[in-house]
Amino acid sequence: METDVELLARLRDGDEHAFVMLVERYQPSMVRLARSMVPSPAVAEEVVQDTWMGVVRGLERFEGRSSFKTWLFRILANRARTAGWHEQRQTRGNRGRAVDPSRFAAGGQWAEPVEPWVEESDDRMDAAEWAPVLRAALDELPQRQRQVVLLRDLEGLSGSEVCAVLDISAGNQRILLHRARNHLRERVDAAVGRS
Amino acid sequence: MVVLRRKDLVCREAVELVTEYLDGALSRRDRRRLEAHLAACPNCGAYFEQIRATISLTGSIEPEDLSPEARDELTELYRRWRAE
Repeated sequence: METDVELLARLRDGDEHAFVMLVERYQPSMVRLARSMVPSPAVAEEVVQDTWMGVVRGLERFEGRSSFKTWLFRILANRARTAGWHEQRQTRGNRGRAVDPSRFAAGGQWAEPVEPWVEESDDRMDAAEWAPVLRAALDELPQRQRQVVLLRDLEGLSGSEVCAVLDISAGNQRILLHRARNHLRERVDAAVGRS
Repeated sequence: MVVLRRKDLVCREAVELVTEYLDGALSRRDRRRLEAHLAACPNCGAYFEQIRATISLTGSIEPEDLSPEARDELTELYRRWRAE
């Protein structure tokens, strides 16, 4: 399989096939990210098309200091902002904690035991089975948390790449990520309890 | 009543450090305090394993496939951009 850098070199020479290959490689992820940033699917689609135009016209500005994917997502995030994406106001809540404080006794210990399910997750929870639960849980997240967990845990970007794409601090990135992960964990936990 | 030494973490604090720990972003002191707590506390140990399992399950969620129509539309757009 050709690397991104090889495809970009061909794209610079005006090779349409290289463009199609990049689209096939990244379009699904871009649509998913755009939908986490703008309210309507139609606007999300425009944002993604704008992003590709930005790529085609701005190719010379890609210096390879970041990965192509990070560069692409950064353009997309900028286009989403231009398209009128206004961030939801985030309430701090829970005094800044990811895990609901009511889960703990006065001394700070768990009020109820945490039931282990990880071994079960290996045995009878295959990933496909949990995808619907996790997709629903992702949709419930506040916008920023959803974007961070999407970029980190679904797209596999590093923490610093996520900070560059979303223009947030490292500390903020980690707080948002931990809250998001904790929410997803709770949803799986509840579903394990039901099954 | 449990008497907590100042250097010990309680569960409520320990669970908040897990993502920083996995990112290698904790100070050496906090990393040791968390590791000691996780080794001693089955509840937080289970929580930690669940976060790791959640990360792995989340990582396997695939985006929707690209439709042929969307691909063709973008290819058309590409031709227009090149022609401009």
